[in-house]
Amino acid sequence: MDTIPEIPKEEYILKCTSACAGCSDSLALRYVLKAAGPDTVLVVPACCTSVIQGIYPNTAFNVPVYNIAFASAAACASGMSNAFRAAGKKTNVIAYAGDGGTLDIGIQAMSGAFERGTDFLYICYDNEAYGNTGMQRSGGTPLGARTTTTPTGKTDNKKDIDAIIAAHDPPYQATACAAYPQDLFKKVTKALTFRGPTFIHILAPCPPGWRYSTEKSVEMGKLAVKSGMWVLYEREYGKLTIGAQSKAAIKKPIPLEDYLAPQGRFKGIDPKTVDILKQRIAKNLAKLAAEEAAS
Amino acid sequence: MTPDTKRERLAISRPTEGAAGKTGTWRVFRPVVDKEKCNACGLCSTYCPDAAIDAELDVDLVFCKGGGICANECPKKAISMVREEK
Ligand SMILES: Cc1ncc(C[n+]2csc(CCOP(=O)(O)OP(=O)(O)O)c2C)c(N)n1
Ligand code: SF4
Ligand code: SF4
Ligand SMILES: [Mg+2]
Repeated sequence: MDTIPEIPKEEYILKCTSACAGCSDSLALRYVLKAAGPDTVLVVPACCTSVIQGIYPNTAFNVPVYNIAFASAAACASGMSNAFRAAGKKTNVIAYAGDGGTLDIGIQAMSGAFERGTDFLYICYDNEAYGNTGMQRSGGTPLGARTTTTPTGKTDNKKDIDAIIAAHDPPYQATACAAYPQDLFKKVTKALTFRGPTFIHILAPCPPGWRYSTEKSVEMGKLAVKSGMWVLYEREYGKLTIGAQSKAAIKKPIPLEDYLAPQGRFKGIDPKTVDILKQRIAKNLAKLAAEEAAS
Repeated sequence: MTPDTKRERLAISRPTEGAAGKTGTWRVFRPVVDKEKCNACGLCSTYCPDAAIDAELDVDLVFCKGGGICANECPKKAISMVREEK
């Protein structure tokens, strides 16, 4: 199953966007579009991605993009998908939104689209805060992380959007991480083969937001997975498969501190909060391992 | 807009290289590949968020922002980040 996929040479993002140096959202989108190919429309609500496209009348994105208000991304994608299918077209409709736009602001329209069985792929790239407005906390921000609105560290847990999506029982959902572009490519390719609503949640380390230096984005994503803070898996018609990298983390995770220490957003985090994070990681890994064993 | 195009009712941006300007001017450090050490694995090109390293593993310095993921991920430590002269 883990064969290395043939990744097309074509790039669908022209040089260059205005994304920050080292932005892993850009890295993720590069592979999302390689997997989706030219017959694709992106629906992008307000987020870093809508900013880095470029400034009117120019764009760096070489596929059609429809920019839409936060709360309406999935509703817009629903209508677009229905229109394409009614016209007999197979065009991929991909809603591509941030964690703020997904876990908080766009959740209602997204839930509706999943309930209605819209034939589309919803991708949430998760940099764990409202990035483009200057890193305010979102439902995706982890416990203990400093943001501009949680200057002493967030006191609430990260919202489990994947469990919320799972409750809609979609044919396919997956998690991915920008540090594993081949894995991401495979998952996007697969998601687009299903008729119906599919979901991919991508962890996208963000240098200015997480406060680490620009060269460490891939390293940070790998540390997230190796520590179990982020888990790679797919759920296909309810059957869960945990990725090899995360299986290794279940057997023997690296110390969580190795992931937290290089990031300025966790600077000065108190040991009790670290303990809570560790307990939550252990509980989550055990829950997923049990689900996989039972499915 | 050219005079013969119909008036557009929607604000439509068109794909253009350099839509965000020549982002190479942002660079503080420039990646320099030591071709002796390089084994052509291509990981630098795989991980570049901006696809600024082509299949021949040449860096496009007009656009490379100098983020340094390539140097960090190179298994042969063949890329060094060298400060740009002002
Ligand atoms: C209804 C509405 N509220 C607020 C904003 C301002 N706004 C634009 S982008 C953004 C942050 C989006 O965060 P996220 O979805 O996580 O994407 P990111 O910027 O992190 O990529 C905010 C608050 C807006 N455009 N519309
Ligand atoms: S703030 Fe973060 S996600 Fe947004 S463009 Fe910069 S690096 Fe990318
Ligand atoms: S990552 Fe290093 S070894 Fe691999 S192609 Fe790039 S420079 Fe060469
Ligand atoms: Mg965000």
